[in-house]
Amino acid sequence: MALHNVNELQDMHLDVLKEIGNIGSGNAAGALADFLQVPTDITVPAVKLLDFSETVNFLGGPENVAIGMLVGIKGDITGMMLYVLEKSFASKMTSALFGTEIQDLYNMNEMERSVIQEVGNIMAASYMNALASLTGMMIDISVPTLTVDMVGAILSVPAIEFAQIGDKVLFIDDRFIIDSGEVKSNMILVPELQSLETLFEKLGVSV
Amino acid sequence: MAMVTVGIADLNAVKTPDSLITYALGSCVGICLYDSDKKIAGLAHIMLPLSTEAAGKIDNKRRYADTGITELIQSMNHMGASTARMTAKIAGGAQMFKGNSSSMFNIGERNVAAVKKVLASYRIRIVAEETGADFGRTVVFHGEDGKMEVRAAMKPTKIV
Repeated sequence: MALHNVNELQDMHLDVLKEIGNIGSGNAAGALADFLQVPTDITVPAVKLLDFSETVNFLGGPENVAIGMLVGIKGDITGMMLYVLEKSFASKMTSALFGTEIQDLYNMNEMERSVIQEVGNIMAASYMNALASLTGMMIDISVPTLTVDMVGAILSVPAIEFAQIGDKVLFIDDRFIIDSGEVKSNMILVPELQSLETLFEKLGVSV
Repeated sequence: MAMVTVGIADLNAVKTPDSLITYALGSCVGICLYDSDKKIAGLAHIMLPLSTEAAGKIDNKRRYADTGITELIQSMNHMGASTARMTAKIAGGAQMFKGNSSSMFNIGERNVAAVKKVLASYRIRIVAEETGADFGRTVVFHGEDGKMEVRAAMKPTKIV
């Protein structure tokens, strides 16, 4: 059977994605601890299928301003990952590295932007490495592109991409504990349907 | 005076003194149609260009520029608006990420082009346009006077 729509995913498939998310998050916490040089831990991520408006509300409403980072996925599977990070998360990174918080998301300096981009890179690589090592697939990721804007506008990018294959997005809600403060990272995964099929096939899960 | 919210891939129409709002257009396009005689205002928030170019079946007509605008015009006609009197104001169609690796290359630009094509086919004139660039926009459309208010984060509000 072939997947026609993301809505056809069942609990069993979500459990598989959750487990990959788990391993990826664990890798990410380790890599972030190395990068930031502060103790970094992570709680069990929640993996959900949410529709567009639920996702927007979950992220503080359409006009809430946040950082969006887009990473392209290529290789044996194709798609995109979008991170939505709150100012508190970004500030945690810069204060761990330079001891200063981000004052204004719109006027981040080059240093602050590149730190955030590097964090995006680390997270994307952590998840994709988890996926690649579990499945033996070749997966390449692009350098993250960053924007600061209204959450609704940022999410229109995966929403449009997803509109071709369903009206829900795969949402991974991570809570990192960095230097004993909890911050949230929100990841939206937009795989092509063919890629999801390939992925489940490699893992021996029927679709 | 009510403010009616239009979601993504959705549309609605009101009469004066009510208004319409759609939040945070990114690459999507908001189409505001107005019949100034009857003071009837309509707003559609489309995500994709032409339904005729879409792969697979169309499960939501309001997603596309052609089918969305057609439905908006019909619902305004039902309220007594005349297509011949309608004028359009459009906003959105931004490119949110530079060098987007998406398969939907330049989707904002393509959405705007499709909207213009569809409006031209109905002979509806575009009297104001706030499209393109790289930022999100919230649009408020006032039934009372047909003014379109465009809000963006960190930018002054524009009323056209």
